[in-house]
Amino acid sequence: MELAKGLREIQKLEGHTDRVWSLAWNPVTGVAGIPLSFASCSGDKTVRIWEHNPSSSTSSWDCKAVLDETHTRTVRSCAWSPSGKFLATASFDATTAIWENVGGDYECVSTLEGHENEVKSVSWNPSGSLLATCGRDKTVWIWEVQPGNEFDCVAVLQGHTQDVKMVQWHPSRNLIFSCSYDNTVKIWADEGDDDDWACVQTLDETNNGHSSTVWALSFNDGGDKMVTCSDDLTLKIWGTDNEKMQSTDDFVPWRHLCTLSGYHDRTIFSVHWSRDNIIASGAADDTIRFFVENDDKDGLVDGPSYKLLLKKEKAHDMDINSVQWSPGEDQILASAADDGTIKIWELTSAC
Amino acid sequence: MVSELINANPVIYEKKERRVRSVPTAAVDEYAVEPIDQQEIFDILSLNLVSLVSKDIKDPEHPYSLEELKVITEDAIEVDDGRGYIRVTFTPTVEHCSMATVIGLCLRVKLLRSLPSRYKVDIRVAPGSHATEAAVNKQLNDKERVAAALENTSLLDMVDECISPSYE
Repeated sequence: MELAKGLREIQKLEGHTDRVWSLAWNPVTGVAGIPLSFASCSGDKTVRIWEHNPSSSTSSWDCKAVLDETHTRTVRSCAWSPSGKFLATASFDATTAIWENVGGDYECVSTLEGHENEVKSVSWNPSGSLLATCGRDKTVWIWEVQPGNEFDCVAVLQGHTQDVKMVQWHPSRNLIFSCSYDNTVKIWADEGDDDDWACVQTLDETNNGHSSTVWALSFNDGGDKMVTCSDDLTLKIWGTDNEKMQSTDDFVPWRHLCTLSGYHDRTIFSVHWSRDNIIASGAADDTIRFFVENDDKDGLVDGPSYKLLLKKEKAHDMDINSVQWSPGEDQILASAADDGTIKIWELTSAC
Repeated sequence: MVSELINANPVIYEKKERRVRSVPTAAVDEYAVEPIDQQEIFDILSLNLVSLVSKDIKDPEHPYSLEELKVITEDAIEVDDGRGYIRVTFTPTVEHCSMATVIGLCLRVKLLRSLPSRYKVDIRVAPGSHATEAAVNKQLNDKERVAAALENTSLLDMVDECISPSYE
């Protein structure tokens, strides 16, 4: 018997003057006494850094820095390096900026140019040595981090037939996952030792994939399951053979496990899988939903099934673009929306 | 951007008679949420299209509106005020009208600027009215692509011109 859950709004953060597209938690915060911190980016062309202030009597969140006058158009997404020292920001201005955190001050140390137009997503690999970007030009670029804050493009991955909405590195394997307006998720692997990247699998409608734009994806902690969300109003769970993946260097294919439909009634823009195996999704219906794996095996279901744990209607006044679980012990979630606000939530055990 | 006539001789339709709107007699609560109906959306969207449909229509005294071209009709507007959902279905004047996306963008921007932010708008071309219907619909309802398009100065200028107030 699991505990019922409730969702408590801790704080609403205002500051951005246009829709907030995305947010990213600094992965080294929330542990060892370092206060939680995250970055948010917006149609107002700025990035804001927010930090928890545990010593304040109200335990509030403050905006510690505004990163502006660098991007000339919408900043669509942002990602911290695994060390938390660098923040990468992808913009409609066709560039990706790299910011270095020097004692709480942020300095733009590099600008990655190459995409023809809007850059839509950026992701660091687990060791922080590589960066992937994607955008409207249908390509995924891989950049290698060089000494002196230099970034060399080592590969341009072509295969998607429409703009690429999000790119995400696998949490432990040398694999890149990209999802697109072409309704597919593509998996890319380095086939040799020579930056010989190739598409090794395409998840599309022929293998139970999405029937419209795939907006985002997220991995579980073990890296053997993935959730994707789409304009087709569904979430899909995918899995791979974990044992096989551990025992071989070869690519182990992914397969569709189940589809969660009938929940959100407008485009699902964001999904994030927590360390505690709770999937949060945020959508254009202004609602945040939480899903967990169904333990009640009835013998009829082949493979895992998932059930709704909790929903928060009217979580924001407008579309929700991003939901992200925090690092650290507590079940803290941040959400970003078209209403220009960010909300900090805590998942609690309800009575 | 439009260098030649896409539809040199558009069919012009009579403007529809407006029904008289009832005026509430009781004291008006200025904080009450005012519901929005089909006719109100239609009035907002009765845009001029002089610069898009036919560039030789130069007389600003008589620009054709989307209404006169039957690109939109009141019946093609669905409003679910309770949920704040609005769906506008428009009919491009010719099947291959390359301006369909621009017209759709104009409709979207006009509603974006005219309606309270709680409304969620879907825009689509009428089934069977356009050769690349699915592609146009998908693009018009991808807010990321709309946001990027509206950061394009020349496109924004065109939209602004299209949705500028009527000269009537």
